[in-house]
Amino acid sequence: MSVMLKVRNIETYYGPIMAIKGVSFDIEEGAVVTILGANGAGKTTILKTLSAIMDPQKGTIEFMGKRIDSLPPEKIVAMGVSQVPEGREVFHDLTVKENLLMGAYLRNDRAGIKRDMDMVYDYFPILKDRIAQLAGDMSGGQQQMVVIGRALMARPKLLMLDEPSLGLSPLLVKEIYGIIERINKEHKTTILLVEQNAPMALSIASHGFVLELGRIVMDDTCQALMANEDVQEFYLGIKEDSVRGTKRWKRKKKWR
Amino acid sequence: MQFFNEFTQTIINGVAIGCIYGMVALGFVLIYKSTEVINFAQGELLMLGAFIAYSLITMLHFPYWLALITTILAMGIVGALLERVVLRPLVGEPAYAIVIVTIGISYFIKSVVSMIPGWGTDTYGFKTPFTDKYVRSGELVVSWEYISIIAIALLLIAAVFLFFRYSRMGTAMRATSQNQLAAVYMGISVTRVFSLTWTIAAALGGIGGILLAPITFVHMNMGFIGLKAVPAAVLGGFTSPPGAIVGGLIIGITESLAGVYLPDGWKDIAAWIILIGVLIIRPQGLFGIQEKKKV
Ligand SMILES: Nc1ncnc2c1ncn2[C@@H]1O[C@H](COP(=O)(O)OP(=O)(O)OP(=O)(O)O)[C@@H](O)[C@H]1O
Ligand SMILES: [Mg+2]
Repeated sequence: MSVMLKVRNIETYYGPIMAIKGVSFDIEEGAVVTILGANGAGKTTILKTLSAIMDPQKGTIEFMGKRIDSLPPEKIVAMGVSQVPEGREVFHDLTVKENLLMGAYLRNDRAGIKRDMDMVYDYFPILKDRIAQLAGDMSGGQQQMVVIGRALMARPKLLMLDEPSLGLSPLLVKEIYGIIERINKEHKTTILLVEQNAPMALSIASHGFVLELGRIVMDDTCQALMANEDVQEFYLGIKEDSVRGTKRWKRKKKWR
Repeated sequence: MQFFNEFTQTIINGVAIGCIYGMVALGFVLIYKSTEVINFAQGELLMLGAFIAYSLITMLHFPYWLALITTILAMGIVGALLERVVLRPLVGEPAYAIVIVTIGISYFIKSVVSMIPGWGTDTYGFKTPFTDKYVRSGELVVSWEYISIIAIALLLIAAVFLFFRYSRMGTAMRATSQNQLAAVYMGISVTRVFSLTWTIAAALGGIGGILLAPITFVHMNMGFIGLKAVPAAVLGGFTSPPGAIVGGLIIGITESLAGVYLPDGWKDIAAWIILIGVLIIRPQGLFGIQEKKKV
C-alpha cells in the first residue's frame, strides 16, 4: 500500500487565532481513517485546509505525490479529493437530481456519470423516488444521503466526510456507515472520516488520529486506540467503575 | 371600435416597454442573487448598448440583425471587463460599499459616452427593419416596431431561462447563488460564476437599449428609463427571475395605460404607486419568498 495523502506540519489560522498547530499525518491508499476530537479541536479546519477552502500558513500537503497546498479548490476536486462538509450543505432550491449532477460538475464522461447516478440510486434507493423533489424539502437524513451521493458523483479517490452521523437516528447512522464501508470496498475509495461518534468511526476505520486543541496527540491503529484508557474514557464514554475509580483517585493524589 | 383600437395599441405598447423593463430587471436580479449587490449601473449599460447599436447601424451600416448580435456580444464583454477590473478586487468588501461603486460605474459610463466623438450629449435615433410598418386587421392597426420588440425580447428571455434551467453552467450558477460554500466543494469556480453573471446582466441591459432606442431616442440620459426596472424587480420579489419579467410587464402596461387615460403626470408615478400598493399587501413582492431562516 502506498501513501495517498501526506500532510506535514500544517498551521491554519482564523485571523490571529491559530486553529491548527502543526499537524502531520499520512493516509494510505484504500484505507478508512478517522480523526477524533472534542468540539472545537480543529477537525473541520483540517478538512477545510485539505480542500483549500482555507490556506495553511505553513506546511505542505501532498496528494498522490503532488503538492496541492497552493492549488485552488476546483483543481483539488479535479484531482479526486471530494468532501462531504459538515451540516448537510445541499443546494436547497435544486432538485435531488440536479444536486447529484452538480457533484459531477467537473466531469465530461456522460456514460460514466449515468453509471454513477445509478450507483448512487443503488446505495440510496429513496433518492431515486425523489429525483424531482427540491433538496430543501427533504428530511435531514435524506439530505445527508443527497450530500454523500453528490460527493460520490465526483468519483473521488479520497472521500472526506465531516460528521456524517450528526443528528441522524441510530438506525440511519448504521445504514450510512454500512454504505461508507461499501464505498470503500466496492470502489477502493480512500475514506477520511471525522466524527464525534467515536464508537461508530472506530468500528469501520483501520487507523485513527486524536486531535486536541489543534494538535494530533494520538496516531495509531483503531484497535490500539480502542484499547487505550484515555480514548475509552473521553471518546468512548466507557467507565470501568471500580478499577478506573481508584485509578483516578490515585492520579489525582499524585499532583495534589 | 375606436376605443378598442386605442386600448389594444396601448396594451401592446405597454407589453413592449414592459418586456424591456423586465429584461433590465432580470439583470438586477441575477447580479443580486449571486453577489448580493444591487447594480445601479444597469441603466447606463442599457444606454451604452443603445449607443453601440446606433454606431453600428448608422456609422458602420451593419444590418439590424448583425448589429443586434454584435451589440449583445460587445455588452457581454463590457460586463465581463467590469467584473474583472472593478468588482473582483472588491470581493469580501461589504455589499453597501460595492453598491456605491456601481453608482460610480454608472457615472463613469456616462462620462465616457459624453467624450466619445459622434456620441456626446446629443439625441440620436436609428431605424430598424420594422420602423414605420404596420399590421392591419380590420380597423385595428398595430406597429411592427412594437411587435418586433416583444418577439425579440421574449425569445432572448426564453433563451436565458432555458440556459439557467437546463445547462450545466446555468445550474451551477443557480447552485452558487443558493450555497456558495457547497458550490466550491463541487469544484465550481465562483469567480467564473460571478464573471458570467455580469456578462449576462450587461448583455441583457444592452439588449434593452437596442430595443428601446427605436421607440424613444438614443441619448446619454437613457439610463433613467432603465432605472424603472428597479421597481419592476422589487415588484417581482427581487430574487425571482420570472418575478422580474412579470414585474416589468405590470409596470410597462400600467404606465402605458396611465399615459393614455389619466391626466398628465400620472404616467411617471404609476409604477411607484403600483409598487407601494403591492408591497403593502405582499411585502415580499409578487414572487418573493419570505426569507427562510435557518434555526
Ligand atoms: N470562522 C471561524 N472564525 C474564528 N474561529 C473559528 C472559526 N471556525 C472555527 N474557529 C475556531 O477554530 C477552532 C477549531 O474549529 P473547528 O470547526 O475546526 O472544530 P471541530 O473540531 O470541527 O469542532 P466540532 O466537532 O464542533 O465541529 C475552534 O476553536 C473554533 O472556535
Ligand atoms: Mg467540525
